[in-house]
Amino acid sequence: MRIEGPAVCLPPDIDTDLIIAGRYLRTKDRSIWAKKVFEDLDPALSGRLNGAVIVAGKNFGCGSSREQAAVALKEAGVRGVIAPSFARIFFRNAINIGLPLAEADLPCRDGERVVIDLTSGRVCSESLERPVAPLSARMLDILSSGGLVEFWRKKK
Amino acid sequence: MTTLSEQILGAPAGEYVDRRVDRAYVHDGTGVLTLETWKALGGSGISCPECLFVLFDHIVPANNSTTADLQHELRDFARHAGLHFSDIGGGICHQLMAEGNALPGEIVVGADSHTCTLGAFGAFATGVGATDMAAVWASGTTWFRVPDSIGIHLTGSLSGSVEAKDLALTYVSRLGMDGASYHSLEFIGEGVSGLSMDSRLTLSNLAVETGAKAGLFYADHVTRRHLGSFGHRVMPQEQGDCNYRVEYHFDAGEIVPVVAVPPRVDTIRPVSDLAGLELDQVFVGTCTNGRSEDLSRFANIVRGKRVKVRTIVAPASRKVLENAVKTGLLMDILAAGCTVLPPGCGPCLGAHMGVVGEGEVCLSTSNRNFRNRMGVGGEIYLSSVSTAAASAVAGEICIAGD
Repeated sequence: MRIEGPAVCLPPDIDTDLIIAGRYLRTKDRSIWAKKVFEDLDPALSGRLNGAVIVAGKNFGCGSSREQAAVALKEAGVRGVIAPSFARIFFRNAINIGLPLAEADLPCRDGERVVIDLTSGRVCSESLERPVAPLSARMLDILSSGGLVEFWRKKK
Repeated sequence: MTTLSEQILGAPAGEYVDRRVDRAYVHDGTGVLTLETWKALGGSGISCPECLFVLFDHIVPANNSTTADLQHELRDFARHAGLHFSDIGGGICHQLMAEGNALPGEIVVGADSHTCTLGAFGAFATGVGATDMAAVWASGTTWFRVPDSIGIHLTGSLSGSVEAKDLALTYVSRLGMDGASYHSLEFIGEGVSGLSMDSRLTLSNLAVETGAKAGLFYADHVTRRHLGSFGHRVMPQEQGDCNYRVEYHFDAGEIVPVVAVPPRVDTIRPVSDLAGLELDQVFVGTCTNGRSEDLSRFANIVRGKRVKVRTIVAPASRKVLENAVKTGLLMDILAAGCTVLPPGCGPCLGAHMGVVGEGEVCLSTSNRNFRNRMGVGGEIYLSSVSTAAASAVAGEICIAGD
């Protein structure tokens, strides 16, 4: 499984309230989440996410369990997220909806091309390469199926 | 010997296990997406309806047609599928589970990050997302990576106006916002036995603010008495020597009243440092500090006085509210000029009522002060109930007298 795209750099401890604010949760319309993603951090950011790979600081996705945070990123076109660590609920949520995550410490330069290769277990930028903490076999299976719903259907 | 998490999950730390879940709950916020995903799983049925709870607390009563329609669908589903259901006004999901619906040794998952609150009963209780929850609805099981544990060793006792919340903010500050990522916390030491159930719930509640998966107390006489009042007979859980990844020591007698300053829960300062900071709103309630002990502390401070700043009080459950009516505490709170909301948690996340305006400052007894959480441009300081009460009366942050 290989993903690549231009990096969008974010600081550490990005909480799920910042990813998608509580005031936008009461809807089934996923396009709203894609539009409002990161609104409270930087309203212009959502326009740069399509096709991008987020390279964030540690503890990405902390706080609320709202799965809408992971869904918002995916709907906005984010291909994957690289961070030295993730909050555990966000981590499970992202894998469950088929958003690739890579636990790795990769220095970030905005716009630089970065690659996540979960098969070989590495991430790289134009000048650096870093190992990725391996996913469990089942998580990798869920992710490569496209998420838990697809994994579940396949299993049946 | 093994940690309590290892005992309950039945495997050593680091192992991946599949386990049947004893109780699982969603609220109106996460239940809608859970229901959508459960449908997408393809009519898998409900594995154990008597294990599942749907508890409305986030936007109660509904604030507009969109919310009303979403709640209507979830309410109908819960009733038809035979799930336990609590409608608007029943209370906050974690509090309702704490009222006799979670027992020592059980595995509990909730589609809300503060599910760790129920670790106070010696249950392995942790938050999950909507998709994981949908799979629990369908299969009755989920997977866990058995966590390593961190010991929070308590000695001494809290005194005067110092509360479990001050201790909780202090340990969050010591560990940091990700200091316990992928770990469980276990509250141990001779300082535990003197902590009331409400205090333990507050301490377990904040565990997730360190990134922890769970925050557990071993069931003891306090647990037994609390659950006994709901008709449960429970055995104490034995703590043996076990391997904690690291232990942090806290002497409760040395804890001082603190405030977490925006926008991080782990950045605390003594209340005395912030004395005089003008407030626009005080909010008392939530799954952290909306229980009977909290309302009692609050009423004892505001009784016979008038609050100088708009003050919102939301009891954590109908039972807490009824208790406040019976004991006369509610009249004290109203007579002091506070606004009382129905049981629920909307203001904490800026979802419903009590939203803070741009440039406004709110002192809250909740658990998160993230940027814009209670309203765009508002700032949230977190404190104990006693600090919130004294500050409401003063109109500015001030320390409660002992």
